Parts: sequence; structure tokens; C-alpha cells
Amino acid sequence: MSDAGNKINKTTQKFGLIIIFTMLGFGLAIVANIIFPQVAEDVSLEKYAVLGLNLNINDAYRIVLAGIISIYGLLGVYAYVKPERRDQYIKQAKFRFVMGLALALWDLLGTKLEVLPQPFFPGPAGIIRAFLMESDFIWQNTLYSLRLFTAGFLAGVVFGIGTGILIGWFPKVYYWVAPILNITGIIPAVAWMPFALTLFPTPFSAAVFLMVICVWFPVASLTASGVQSTPKAQFEVARTLGGNELYLLFHVAVPHAMPQIFTGINTASAFAFTTLVMAEMMGQPGGLGYYINASKVWSAYYKVFAAIIVMAILFSLITRIVKLIESRALRWQRGLLKNE
Amino acid sequence: MSDDIILEINDVSRRYSDEESTVDALNHVSLSVKKGEFVSIIGASGCGKTTLLRLIAGLDTPQEGELLLNGERITGPDPSRGYVFQQSGLFQWLTVEQNIASGLKARHVFKENKARIPEYISMIGLEGFEKSYPHQISGGMAQRVAIARALINNPKLLLLDEPMGALDSFTRADLQDKLLELRKENDATMILVTHDVDEAIYLSDRIVIMTPRPGKISEIMEVKFPHPRHRGGAEFLEARRNILEKFHMAAANPEPEYTI
Ligand SMILES: Nc1ncnc2c1ncn2[C@@H]1O[C@H](COP(=O)(O)OP(=O)(O)OP(=O)(O)O)[C@@H](O)[C@H]1O
Ligand SMILES: [Mg+2]
Repeated sequence: MSDAGNKINKTTQKFGLIIIFTMLGFGLAIVANIIFPQVAEDVSLEKYAVLGLNLNINDAYRIVLAGIISIYGLLGVYAYVKPERRDQYIKQAKFRFVMGLALALWDLLGTKLEVLPQPFFPGPAGIIRAFLMESDFIWQNTLYSLRLFTAGFLAGVVFGIGTGILIGWFPKVYYWVAPILNITGIIPAVAWMPFALTLFPTPFSAAVFLMVICVWFPVASLTASGVQSTPKAQFEVARTLGGNELYLLFHVAVPHAMPQIFTGINTASAFAFTTLVMAEMMGQPGGLGYYINASKVWSAYYKVFAAIIVMAILFSLITRIVKLIESRALRWQRGLLKNE
Repeated sequence: MSDDIILEINDVSRRYSDEESTVDALNHVSLSVKKGEFVSIIGASGCGKTTLLRLIAGLDTPQEGELLLNGERITGPDPSRGYVFQQSGLFQWLTVEQNIASGLKARHVFKENKARIPEYISMIGLEGFEKSYPHQISGGMAQRVAIARALINNPKLLLLDEPMGALDSFTRADLQDKLLELRKENDATMILVTHDVDEAIYLSDRIVIMTPRPGKISEIMEVKFPHPRHRGGAEFLEARRNILEKFHMAAANPEPEYTI
């Protein structure tokens, strides 16, 4: 009994150390920010009123670091309660520690000493200035991007699956549409921008059109190939069970194509991010791409970085949601594939 | 008597050919099956058993001859002719339960028959696996699901292509009895392809022996003694001796290759 108790205590201790180690790098970054003097002179430590607080960029930077520390702390506790998550957490510990150190180094070089070329490479605290100054504006542009993405991506996926099914199922449609798909598919969607802007009533609808085009191609071609690759034997089974054409299509071919449809959707989402940002940079009244462009004009590179960080978060969230939907829809494949 | 005939196979030939060669999968095969009859087909691998079942199912058409069902030419598949495939052919994206229900869905009679599903699950002994996907169950279990999927459609004619090859002898004996029961209840006709002579004797009214290259029927044996048949009984052993003899004779004296 006491032996087992000892063992549990040891793992508790060891995992506790891992959690502390994970948080330590960011802790050191806070310490470095506090004790290192501000050597470079042209860094403004002006205070901004945010959420009822008066903060300069260093205060905000420390709050963000503290936020990161508490998130990793909570994740650590969660991993402790859920042993199957522990390995992953332990594996990430080293990387997270070094991330913290890297932030500290970047802070010193970018903000405290300004030895990195300015204004192109601000320190992390400098980037946070963008959020202190105009978080509302950044939020508005983020929402614009999100709206544009949702509209274009969803329409493209629906349209792509629809045409993909027709192409895969009807040889006539394949004959006439597949070549068009293959030619338009290799042209980057933004090349149509000039036409889109003149043909569509609003810049927003023009950008939606571009997104639809860029999503359409991978989704349609992979849907078509998934439908076409359905084994004949599966159709024969369905026919002996009394299935008609519609049943064969929607209860055999389409479910069979589902894994490939999702491969198409994943590819499309990567294309869609690119198209979204390019379209916004080329003539939208809002969006993160627009924000980057507008900031660049004033050489406000810290704002460019801020927008890039928001994009990274937004796009990885979207990717996760897509993955989540995929793993729900392809539940039946779980345990069937090599890497699971 | 002749209006009792449900299936008539008249001088049917099916060749498969490509650029290099031609295979006579079936060569002038004729057979009549009575309503409610249980017919087994045995024969070496490649003698055209599956080819014959596919023709009856309407999944394939012969180059010569015709197949008549209740006097009408078979033109395509129909749920009244159930088919249990040699490979179970379950839909990978459906659970055990959904696979069994797929015939009901296909015929748009799911709602009114939903309540029957558990009965078929317990018939094949898969309680507790209703929500499993095909890759999570064994080959023998998958084969049983395929049988239940065909049976739930209440087919008038059931075609079974070695459905019990992957099963242990207990489950197999269970299912054999189940088939006999269903046949009585539904007045169904059954055609079973098997490699197991005992199985054929236990179940059949007639046993068709086929030989390969070209695929044809070499012998048809009647099994007359009444059900339930005892596998150790004298009549059973007699029938088995008989059939093995004929089987070996058929294998020892293959038809000359040059017959058309
Ligand atoms: N689609 C096809 N294309 C070409 N040849 C075929 C095809 N289907 C069957 N054959 C050939 O026809 C012959 C009979 O095949 P069949 O599948 O009917 O045999 P079987 O009696 O069912 O054999 P087994 O017991 O191994 O299942 C074989 O020689 C096979 O190679
Ligand atoms: Mg076969």
C-alpha cells in the first residue's frame, strides 16, 4: 500500500516540476522585462486606458505573459487529472520553456535595446501597443474577415460538393465540366479580382466570389474522384437490397466519398486563407488584410505584426473547427487508418 | 407440378473475355428450382458458382440462354431476390444496426419495420454490437450481419454465396437451423453455394455439383430423408458417401478442354 502511495507521490512531484518548468520560461520573460532598464530612448511608455486600467506597453506585455502562464498552468492541472494528456504536455514542456526565453530575448533586442532594425521589427511589447491603441478597430476588421471567410468558404464548399457529385456521377457532366474545372482550378483565384470588382455590386460580394472559386476547385475535384472510386461491388449490394439510383448516389457513393471530400475541404481552407487576405489587401473596405495594408502605409509595422498574430489565432481556430467536424463525420473511420 | 417452378435457368452460357483469353465461366447450364425448395451448389473453386448466382440476382446477363423467374425474364436486381455476397460487402460507414436496416431504408419501409431490427440482431447473436462499425467486428460477425441484412427484406428467393465459410461450427449450426426455419415461415426458396458437403446435406432438397473449365453442372443429387436431419445418422452418412463419390468422379474425369 505505502509502496504504491510512494509511487503516486513521486509522479505527482515529477509532474508538478514539469508544470513549473513549462511556466518558468514565461516567468523569466516577465522578470527580464521588469529588471532590464529601458536603454533605447525613442520607445514611448505612454499610458493607454484599457478596460478601466491605465497601462503602458510593458504593463500590458506582462499581463499577457501572466495570462500565458496561467493558461499553461491550468492545462498542466488538466493534464494531471487526465493522464492520457500528460505525455503530450510533457513533450511540449521544453518547447514552451524555450518560447519564454525567446520572448525575453526578443523583448531585450526589440524594445529595451532596439538593436533590431526599427520600425520593421518591434519587440513583443511594441506589437501589443496596437491592441492598446485600437483594439476596437482590430476587432471590427477581424469580424469583417470572419464574415467574408464564412460566407465564401461555406458557399464554396456547398457549391463544390454539389458540382463534384454531378461530375462524379454523370459521365456527360464529367465530359463537359471536368476540363473547365481543371483549367480554372490552376489559376489562383485572385487573378479574377479585376473582373470580380467590376462585375459585382459590392467589394464584399466580389471577394466572396473569389473565395467560392478557390474553394470550389479542390472540393469539387476531390468529391468527384471520391464518388468515381466507389467499388462496383458496393453498388451491387445496394441494388440487391432494393436501392434505386438516388439511393446509390446519396447512400453509397457520397458516404464513400466523404473522406476525400474532407481532404478537399482541408486543402480548400488553406487556399481560402490566402485568397481572403489577398482579396482584402486588393480592395476591401475592411478585414485584416485591409488593416495590414492601411498600417503599412504609415510604416506602423507593429500593427502589421498585430494583424498577423490575430490571423494566426483566427485561422488555427477555423482549422480546428473543420477538423472537429471532420472527425465527427468520419467517426466510422476511427481506428481504421494507420495514424490513429 | 410445373407451375410450382419459381426459377428456370435455360441453357445459359456466360463467357468472360479480354484481349488474351476467354473463360467459359458457365457453359450451357440448365436448372429448375421449385418454390420453397432448398438447393445447394457445390464445386471446385472457379467452376462458376458465383457467376450463376449473379445471373439469378440480375446483376449480370448471360450471352446465351435465359433465366426466368415466375415465368418472366430476369432483367435486373430486385429486393425480392436477396443476395448474401461471398465477401460480406457491408457499408463501412454504417453501424451494424444501420447496415441491417439499409435494405429497409432503400425500400422506404424503414419506419414501419424499425421494430424488427432487434429481432434480427439477436438472431445473429450480435446483441451489444449494434453500434459497432464493420471494421470493429470479426469477419464471421460481418458475414452474419450481411445475412441479417438480406433476410430482413423477407426475400422470396434467397441467394447465399458461401455465407458461412467464416463461421465457427456452433454459430454455423445455429444459422443453418435459422435458415430452415425462415424458409418454412416465409415459404422462401433458397440457393446456397457452399464448400461444406455436410452443410449441403443438412439443408438441401437437392445438391448441384458443378465442375470447372468450362463451368457446368455435372450432377444433381436429391436428398430425400426428412428434417431434422441428424449429422451422425445412417441416412446422412449414406448421402455423404454418395455425394463424395460423385464429387470425386466429377473431379477425376473432367470434360475434355476442347468442348465448346
Ligand atoms: N468479372 C470477371 N471477369 C473475368 N473473369 C471472371 C469474372 N468473374 C468470374 N470470372 C471467371 O469465371 C470463372 C468462374 O468464376 P466464379 O467466380 O463464378 O467462380 P466460383 O465458382 O464462384 O469460385 P469460388 O468458389 O472460388 O468463389 C473463373 O475462372 C473466373 O476467373
Ligand atoms: Mg465464388
